[in-house]
Amino acid sequence: MIGPFVATLIFAVSPLALLQFFAWYCHSLIAKSRVVGLSENAREISGVTRRTVRGDQFVRLRQLIALCPEPGGDCLKLRAMSIYFGMLGFVRDLLRRIPAAAKWIELERTGCAYAAAVVLDGRMTYSRTLISRQPVS
Amino acid sequence: MSTLGPVDYALLIADLSIEGCALVILLKKRALSQHFTFVLFLCASIAVGIGRYYVLAADGFTSNTYLYFYFFSDALLIICLYFVLMSLYMHVFSDMNVGKLVRAGAVLLLAATALISYYTVSSSSDRLVTKFVMEMSQNLYFVGVVLTYVLWGAMMKLRENRSRVMQLVLSMGVYFSAFAGSFALGNLYPDLIIWRYVSHLMVTWLPISWAYTFIKVTEDAHMATARVVAPTQ
Repeated sequence: MIGPFVATLIFAVSPLALLQFFAWYCHSLIAKSRVVGLSENAREISGVTRRTVRGDQFVRLRQLIALCPEPGGDCLKLRAMSIYFGMLGFVRDLLRRIPAAAKWIELERTGCAYAAAVVLDGRMTYSRTLISRQPVS
Repeated sequence: MSTLGPVDYALLIADLSIEGCALVILLKKRALSQHFTFVLFLCASIAVGIGRYYVLAADGFTSNTYLYFYFFSDALLIICLYFVLMSLYMHVFSDMNVGKLVRAGAVLLLAATALISYYTVSSSSDRLVTKFVMEMSQNLYFVGVVLTYVLWGAMMKLRENRSRVMQLVLSMGVYFSAFAGSFALGNLYPDLIIWRYVSHLMVTWLPISWAYTFIKVTEDAHMATARVVAPTQ
């Protein structure tokens, strides 16, 4: 009887641990972006007018990122951020009635959107470098 | 005998290629001397992947040979992962000279988990060995989750701020908890076919995250743990 009990216990605890570690891992990926400033050009193109980026702008920013050539190396970060953003959306729907949770989730979504804006900024700089390298015909 | 389909082949090849690429990246970044256990795990994982491919191709997915090979090779990989975790403990506690204590603790824990798993399955007589190894894998993964939590707690307490160590520890936490949950589900519902594919995807997590960390995060990069735990504060 101990076997199924242990398996059930582990099955109940492991998803929570997974979510916790994954959230921390995503934080560690986007922590660096939080101190990076956005260029005027990136603000203008991505439609960011205020100092912070709203969480709901994440999807639009991802679409813009997909249009830019990839300098390499930021795919895992983007994928992890997208999964985390999706998870936050799911949790927000679940905990709709708890205002404190909603506030925290929105802050997290804002962090994801800001990190996406920083990635977009980097990709735009890379695109400009590529264009400037092309010979003028 | 259940034969391999194109999806199985694609996943096996993807696993092996990702692990091979990660190994090359780690060697290129001179991780062999400082992070030997990481290289050891990737080499073991590649060898196990090739072995599993041959057993699968010869005997099929539902054969007893594959079942034995899968669980015994998995137990071997978890022991390698314990070495990785031990080396991370050594990195974090490097200033305290507690290397011997960490090694002794890890060996004791491994033995205790094996004993508890044996005790758990000893009451059932059918397929004792397979059941024991499966039970032990599930328990070892879960002990891995607990050990990673303890390590992360110690890192917060000691204000460990090396970004590379942080990301490596967190990636281990994700891997251990994903596999602990998956093995527990496998124990509860042994006939769930979906885990045949999901486990392949989970296997790629460690090589991808390690490769990313070694490429993107330099040895001297620093970050406060508080910014990872509560970035919005």
